[in-house]
Amino acid sequence: MSASGSAPYTPQELMVAAAAREIRDGELVFVGMRLPILAYGVARNTHAPRARALYELGLMRDRAPEAFLATMGDPPNVVAALWATRMSNVMALMAQGQVDLGFIGGAEVDRFGNLNTSYIGDPARPRVKLPGSGGGADIAILSRRWITLMAHEPRRLVERVSYVTSPGHGDGTPGWRRRNGLPGGGPVAIVTTMAVLRFPPEGGEAYLDSVHPGHSVEEVRARTGWDLKVPDRVRSTPAPTAEELGWIRRLDPEGHWTRSP
Amino acid sequence: MTMAEAIRRFVPDGATVAMGTCLEPAIPFAAGHEMIRQGRRDLTLVGPISDALFDQLIGAGCVAAVRAAWVGNVSEGLGHCYRRATELGEPRPIRVYDYSNFSISLALWAAAWDAPYLPTRTLLGSDILRTNPELQVVDGVVRVPPLRPDVAVLHVQRSDAWGRAHLWGPLGISEEAGLAARSVVLCCEELVDPEITLSDPNRILLPETRVVAVVHEPGGCHPSPLQGHWRRDHAAYRAYAERSRTREGFRGWLEEWVLSVPDRRAYLERLEAEAVRVRVHRPSAPADYGDE
Repeated sequence: MSASGSAPYTPQELMVAAAAREIRDGELVFVGMRLPILAYGVARNTHAPRARALYELGLMRDRAPEAFLATMGDPPNVVAALWATRMSNVMALMAQGQVDLGFIGGAEVDRFGNLNTSYIGDPARPRVKLPGSGGGADIAILSRRWITLMAHEPRRLVERVSYVTSPGHGDGTPGWRRRNGLPGGGPVAIVTTMAVLRFPPEGGEAYLDSVHPGHSVEEVRARTGWDLKVPDRVRSTPAPTAEELGWIRRLDPEGHWTRSP
Repeated sequence: MTMAEAIRRFVPDGATVAMGTCLEPAIPFAAGHEMIRQGRRDLTLVGPISDALFDQLIGAGCVAAVRAAWVGNVSEGLGHCYRRATELGEPRPIRVYDYSNFSISLALWAAAWDAPYLPTRTLLGSDILRTNPELQVVDGVVRVPPLRPDVAVLHVQRSDAWGRAHLWGPLGISEEAGLAARSVVLCCEELVDPEITLSDPNRILLPETRVVAVVHEPGGCHPSPLQGHWRRDHAAYRAYAERSRTREGFRGWLEEWVLSVPDRRAYLERLEAEAVRVRVHRPSAPADYGDE
């Protein structure tokens, strides 16, 4: 809930709505796990009826199943799919530059949008071993643009990640991705429990774009692990609409992904 | 062949074993549990993501190395046994070779095609290139070397006794794992006559020449789902995540669900698995292979 505890939606529901709005009609979306599964369902049923979804285990869909999905491999996600195939075939589409938007979850992100989902500390003897890339590195390198979602905590939004599982804008210098041969455009936004951070079109460093209702710019800066750039005008993130909330609660009826922790 | 015999004959200590190749569905848990019961040691596990099974084998001390893109519990998060092994060396240290999903698929295709390497742009700019030194960048392109498992263990909806397997739903990296592996152990939900498998040869997953064992093991993929047969048992994954959080909790889970259970039939009886059996069936239209 918001700081006041009175918002009629959870931070996770707001994140899903904000992520859904990043999906444009007609796009091919590489859907990850958890909140993005819901974001695709919301977008497809509201402003993006012709958006298609790709799932890395080997599925393409043009609608969200009317069932709760704990994973992309749950049987309802296969029923009426446009394509059930092998992983390398969906990776082929992404390698060809056909994936407009990808979603990646992360444990840590830095000011240049690099993600760590592998190791906290020395990889030879890590302090925390995280699960790893999954398809994250592939999405980060090959999709045309991508977004990450995470809880807004100083330990998650860090100055520089110690391990780059999924590269964003590298060292932040202009043209870093092009110079290093990465075909896709890189991260465009970080959607958190408090705010939406965005990147300039040419890449580089994230800036504060909008603050969620119930939070302040000062609070967001204090909870960010680097000196966050704040432009003169910072918008308030629009709250989820009744229609968006209706779809979120239909797709996650028990709040498995969207209840407050 | 029984599961116990298949594992005894075809998954020796030190083997490189591919499992969980469909990602979340059709994970051969029954085969993995039999490896634990037989006390297998020094395995190298190969997979894309592993939803709990690799964590269990690691916690039981069966594993020396992991070649995978992701090891954890998909709906619950971190793999606690994987963490203890990599962070503390408990119950034994393991070597991790990092991949992404795409690059482990490419490594298996390279072995399947007997290519010296497959070139790709994925992983450029990722530190996976730093912690997996086998992945080399030459002239701005990543070279993924071949990865050849000794055995791939695959759970499928149906097979005949000759190893002509029908698998449907998303295939993940099952085809390249089977073609790359020196041998394939099939676990099938239904053992059927060849007239059924041969009626639809396009659906046969792999050449029968690669298959060394067919194990009729209904429910062998629980708690993972299998299209047309089993829903995913989310509660079982949640319970495993909670109990495996401590090493004592994991030992208790292992005793209850693996070590004290003689085989999969007994496991399913203890579980009351009927609650997650698929009840709404949606058969596809048959394909007409008419020829004259």
